[in-house]
Amino acid sequence: MDLFKLIKEIEQVDPEIYDRLDSRRRVFKHFGMAGKAVTAAVLPGLVSGIFQRAYGQGTTLPADVVAVLNLALSLEYLEFYFYDSGLKANNLIPSADRPAFEKIRNDESGHIKVLRGALGSLAIADPGRGAFDYSGGRNPVPLVGDTAVGNGPFKTVFTAYPIFLGVSQSFVDTGIRAYKGGAPVLMTNKDVLEAALNIHSVEARHSSHVRTIRRGITNVANPTAPMNAQPKSWVSLLDNGGPSPDTNPSTRPVYDAGTPASSSDPLALVYPKEDNVTHLGVTIPGNATAASEAFDEPLDAVSVKNIARNFAVLTSGLFPA
Amino acid sequence: MTKLLLPPEPADKPTSTSRRSFLRYSGATMAVGGLLLAGCDDDSESGSNRIDVGSGDPGILNYAYALEQLEAAFYAAVKGGAYYSGAPASEKQIFDDLALHEQIHADFFKTALGNGAIKALEPDFSTINFGDKNSVLTAAQAFEDLGVAAYNGAGRFITAPGYLVVAGKIVSVEARHAALIRDLRAYNSFVDNDVVDLFTPSGSASTPGVGNGTGLERSKRPAEVVETANQFLKEGSKISANSFK
Repeated sequence: MDLFKLIKEIEQVDPEIYDRLDSRRRVFKHFGMAGKAVTAAVLPGLVSGIFQRAYGQGTTLPADVVAVLNLALSLEYLEFYFYDSGLKANNLIPSADRPAFEKIRNDESGHIKVLRGALGSLAIADPGRGAFDYSGGRNPVPLVGDTAVGNGPFKTVFTAYPIFLGVSQSFVDTGIRAYKGGAPVLMTNKDVLEAALNIHSVEARHSSHVRTIRRGITNVANPTAPMNAQPKSWVSLLDNGGPSPDTNPSTRPVYDAGTPASSSDPLALVYPKEDNVTHLGVTIPGNATAASEAFDEPLDAVSVKNIARNFAVLTSGLFPA
Repeated sequence: MTKLLLPPEPADKPTSTSRRSFLRYSGATMAVGGLLLAGCDDDSESGSNRIDVGSGDPGILNYAYALEQLEAAFYAAVKGGAYYSGAPASEKQIFDDLALHEQIHADFFKTALGNGAIKALEPDFSTINFGDKNSVLTAAQAFEDLGVAAYNGAGRFITAPGYLVVAGKIVSVEARHAALIRDLRAYNSFVDNDVVDLFTPSGSASTPGVGNGTGLERSKRPAEVVETANQFLKEGSKISANSFK
């Protein structure tokens, strides 16, 4: 097989192949193959290397794709250290539920691996556990140890299971909205898009399970009354503002509208509240509760960061406005 | 080899479509041997009497419409069956919600597609025992997991961002359904290796991103999905998705 012939044929399908490969002449130079014979033995590796170079990730990704993936990566770190801290806390997660949270923690770890792989050298550095304040206090004092928390409204997050579950629900539901809002930006790279979709649905499975656990817990010792709400495994209307709507920060923005919230163009990207019942210009008739449950809504990056920033230590610089 | 490199779609398709097709063949790690095999594989065996969902974004919407019809019909049948009538209130509530959601999804696609919608499909649920909880839950799990894998695997074929978002709005709800049904069958099975490529830390579990697996849902391409869906559709209602490969 003639490699140049192959690339020439690729050109018929993808006229930009040479742009992706620096230039026609430098193809071999790039791989240190200048002047060497291309044998059948080295060909598979060479072709795969060229394709990786031409269509792979890292420095060739557009800036908006990098921004979406790095926001996703930041959220995954937020979640990973949250679940890992919960699993390390003594007497927080009942033994029956530990397998679930180990799975969720490990899934987030896998997502971090995937996103790092897609971003290559452009991935943000691991901010570490100390970058987060899961009390929701945005405490400027870094956390000490694995279970210490700041002074936000969720300061018992690693000692009271209902609070842990409530914060968890806020994270997963925010994550689902964030991936849904970011997906259109990734459409230029179908493989990265599919990976993001495959993360998105796993986050939804996590949310379903966390909500199922919360539904099963009734009136346990719980200092924050709305935390006692019994959610469905899917978002119903505005979910009463989420697990803790009356605290500061409130969980309401997790289910609220983003920007823009509406448009007259059915195909425009909009970020309505979770109780929205109009999609592609089609308004779902009948039962508004069921209609809202049947669709999850996307959220824009600015709104997502506004929510997430409440759980990042100020000095971490995570989720910048 | 030449055949492989020609766009499989008609020449009047936009360039982005052609490149997408090419990208599928050129997975970065795919060896030349694999390329050759892919090039020689001419699988056009789908039956002539199948209802093809069509091409482009309307084709994907019809593909989703077909699957949602199947799910809606399934939950309608569940609600008419003996298991449901004897189920505890909590389980009835779940199936009431699922039936409403799936009917809403099916009706939504029908309305959005207008005259471009495929016909109403006739399901064949003869292999499901609607009097038996295990049979119902097993089938429900299969339909919900299939729906998630199908939407995820079809995302790359969508060209209009607005359609991608609508598919996204629905797929996460399907994933919520799937997780709940799986938890009803076996608690803590909301993600499992049959549907998610589970991640296993290779060192300390507290070190993020180091281990085997990915934590990604296993998506499925339309060709695989329609084969499964067709097992639950009557002759004359079986579908194909020949434009999406």
